[in-house]
Amino acid sequence: MTVLEQRASRRSGSYWPAPPPAWRPRVDPAPLLPDAEPYRLLGTDAAGRIDAGLLTDLYAELVRGRRYNAQATALTRQGRLAVYPSSTGQEACQVAAARVLKEQDWLFPSYRDTLAAVARGLDPVQALTLLRGDWHTGYDPHEHRIAPLCTPLATQLPHAVGLAHAARLKGDDVVALALVGDGGTSEGDFHEALNFAAVWQAPVVFLVQNNGFAISVPLAKQSAAPSLAHKAVGYGMPGRLVDGNDAPALHEVLGEAVERARRGGGPTLVEALTYRIEAHTNADDATRYRTEAEVEEWREHDPIALVERELTERGLLTDDFVQRTRDGAEEMAAALRDHMNQDPALDPMDLFAHVYAEQTAQLREQETQLRAELEAEAADAGKDEEKAAKGDTAGGTARGAAGEERP
Amino acid sequence: MTATAAEAGRKPASMAQALNRALRDAMADDPAVHVMGEDVAELGGVFRITDGLAKEFGEERCGDTPLAEAGILGTAVGMAMYGLRPVVEMQFDAFAYPGFEQLISHVARMRNRTRGAMPLPLTIRVPYGGGIGGVEHHSDSSEAYYLATPGLQVVTPATVADAYGLLRAAIASDDPVVFLEPKRLYWSRADWSPDAPEQVAELGRAEIRRRGRSATLITYGPSLPVCLEAAEAATAEGWDLEVLDLRSLVPFDDETVCASVRRTGRAVVVHESSGFGGPGGEIAARVTERCFHHLEAPVLRVAGFDIPYPPPMLERHHLPGVDRILDTVGRLQWESDWTEGSGD
Repeated sequence: MTVLEQRASRRSGSYWPAPPPAWRPRVDPAPLLPDAEPYRLLGTDAAGRIDAGLLTDLYAELVRGRRYNAQATALTRQGRLAVYPSSTGQEACQVAAARVLKEQDWLFPSYRDTLAAVARGLDPVQALTLLRGDWHTGYDPHEHRIAPLCTPLATQLPHAVGLAHAARLKGDDVVALALVGDGGTSEGDFHEALNFAAVWQAPVVFLVQNNGFAISVPLAKQSAAPSLAHKAVGYGMPGRLVDGNDAPALHEVLGEAVERARRGGGPTLVEALTYRIEAHTNADDATRYRTEAEVEEWREHDPIALVERELTERGLLTDDFVQRTRDGAEEMAAALRDHMNQDPALDPMDLFAHVYAEQTAQLREQETQLRAELEAEAADAGKDEEKAAKGDTAGGTARGAAGEERP
Repeated sequence: MTATAAEAGRKPASMAQALNRALRDAMADDPAVHVMGEDVAELGGVFRITDGLAKEFGEERCGDTPLAEAGILGTAVGMAMYGLRPVVEMQFDAFAYPGFEQLISHVARMRNRTRGAMPLPLTIRVPYGGGIGGVEHHSDSSEAYYLATPGLQVVTPATVADAYGLLRAAIASDDPVVFLEPKRLYWSRADWSPDAPEQVAELGRAEIRRRGRSATLITYGPSLPVCLEAAEAATAEGWDLEVLDLRSLVPFDDETVCASVRRTGRAVVVHESSGFGGPGGEIAARVTERCFHHLEAPVLRVAGFDIPYPPPMLERHHLPGVDRILDTVGRLQWESDWTEGSGD
C-alpha cells in the first residue's frame, strides 16, 4: 500500500472526504533486502561445493595480485611511481570482479583498482601509467574493455550505466561492472547512477569494496545505513552483502549478478566487506586513525590464507603448486620492475595532439611556441656540451647537459 | 529580400523550429544520435525544442531521464563511450550546474586522457541567458565557465539559420560541444528553409552581420539583435558600426575578428554575462595583443553587471541595451580627458 492509498482513520476525523486517486503501484515487489550477515563460502559447510579448478585459479591470481601490490608499493619508494593506492587485503574483490566478466563486458575501475584491470588481462605497465605520471591512461580502453582508471569518486558509475544502456539499445550482449569504495557511496553520482540503472533496468553491476575507511574517515562517520548493500532497496534493485575476502563467495555473488543483468534482470548492488591493510596511499599515515590490533585482526582474515586453508583441507596445496604459483608471481614482478625502471619516452608535442579532433588555431600557436622553446633548450644544451669539450668544470657540465638547471 | 526568400521557398520560421528540425534531421541521418533529458519525450521539452521526436523515433531515441543533471551527463558519457552520439538537454542554464563535475572531469577530458582512443561525440544543449522574465536560476549566462575548460567547444547561434546549421555541426563533431541556446531568441523568426543547400555550418567561424567602417561590435547569441539595433541607431550620430557575430567561442575565430578590427580601428565587446572574468576580457585581450597598432582606442566592454542575475522586474537594468552600447561607442572617440575624468 502506498501512502496515497492509505485512508484517513475514522477516529482521527476524515481529513480527506474520499481517498486520493491511486498512484501507479510498484509492479514487481520482489524481495530486495540483503542478508543481515555477509555471504560466505570458505569455512562453511557449503565450501565443499566450490569447484577445485576455480579454487586453484583464484589462489594463483590472489598470490599474483598480492605480489603486484607489493611490487607497486616498492616502486613508489624508489620514486618510480608518483603514488600507489594499494589493494593489499582486497585482492579477492579485484580478482573476482575481473573473472566474472566475459570478453565483451566492460570494467569500470577506480584509482585503487589497477589490480582488477591487470587481472582482466591489461599489461601491468600500462595499468600504472596514470600513477607513474607519463599519461593519464596508458591503454586503449577498447582493447580489454576497461574504462580509464577513475580518480574522482563514483563519477565512473554513471558511465557504466550509460555504456550498459547503450549496449542494450544496440542489442549487444554486454554487461558493465563498476567498482567503487565505501566513501564513494556518499557521492551524488553514486545515487544518480543507481537510480538511472534501476529505472532503465540497465545491465550493470555495482561492486562496493567497503574497506572500512575513506582515507581516514571510518564507515560509521560515512553512512548511517544498516549496510551499504541496503541502499539498493531504495532504488528498486537487489542488494547483496558478501565477505569481501572470500574469493569464491565473491565469485558466486558477482557471477550471479552479472548473469542476472545479462538475462535482462537489471542491476545489482553488491557490498563486499573487506579491509585496506595498507594506508590509503604511500602519502597517508594510517596509524593516526586506526590501531595495529585492528589491522592484525584483519590479517587473520586474509583472502589468500582463507583459500589456502580450503586447498590444504582438500590436499590440493602441494609444494609443487605453491612453488609454481610463487615463481609465476615473481616473474611478473621482475618484468614489471624492469619496465618501470626504464624512463618512458615522452613527446611533449603530445600535449596538443589529443585535445580536439581538429586542432584549433589557438592550440596550433601554442604548439609552435613550445616547439621553439624546446629547440632553444636543445641549442643551449648543445652549447654547454661544446663548452664541456673545451674543458669547463665537470660539475657545471653535468647539470647543463642534463638540461636541469639554467643559468 | 522578400522576392529572393519566396524564390528559395523560404517561410518564416522560429529559432525553436529550426533547432527542432536540426535534431530531427540529425536523428534521421544517423541512428547513433540519441536525444535525452528531463521532459524531452512526451512534453517535447519545456521550450518544445524536442517536440515530436519521441513520436517519430521512439522513446529509445528520444527519452525522458530521471531528474538529475549529473546522471544525464554521466550516462551520456557512457553512451558516447559505446559509440552513440548523445544530445542532452539541460533545460535551463543554472540547472546544468549539478552536471559540472561530469562535464569538466570527464566530458572535456576523455579524448585527451585516452590519447585520442576514446573521443566523446556529445552535444550538451543549454538554454541560456535572460530577458524572458524568468525567476532566479532561469536566466544565467554561464558561457565563461565553459570556455575556461579545455576540451569543450562552446557554440551559440544568434540567427534562425545558425540555430539549424550550428546544431547540425555540433552533433556531427567528434568532440563534445556545449551548445548554448539563447532562449530569448527562441521565438525570433526569419525567412528560412532547411531544404536550402549549405545549411550545416562550420564550427569556429565568425560572421559579419553588418558591414561598417567606424568600429566593430563583437558579440554573440542573445546580444546580436541588440547590437544590430544599436548599429542602426548609431548612424544618426554619424557612426557606421560593423557587427560581428562570433557564433563559436571555442574555437575562437581570431582571424575574422582581427581582420574586422584592423579595418575599423575600434572595438566594443558586448555580452550579457558578467564583465569581470567574463568572455569580454579574453576577447579584448586577444584583440589588443593582435591589433594593438591598428587601435584608435582601447577595446571596451559592455557586459552584464557583476551581480548574481537579478530578479525579472529589474533585469532590464542589468542587460546590455542599445543606450548602454551607444554610450560606450561614444567613448571610443578616446578624448584625452576621459581617462582623467574616470578616476582610474
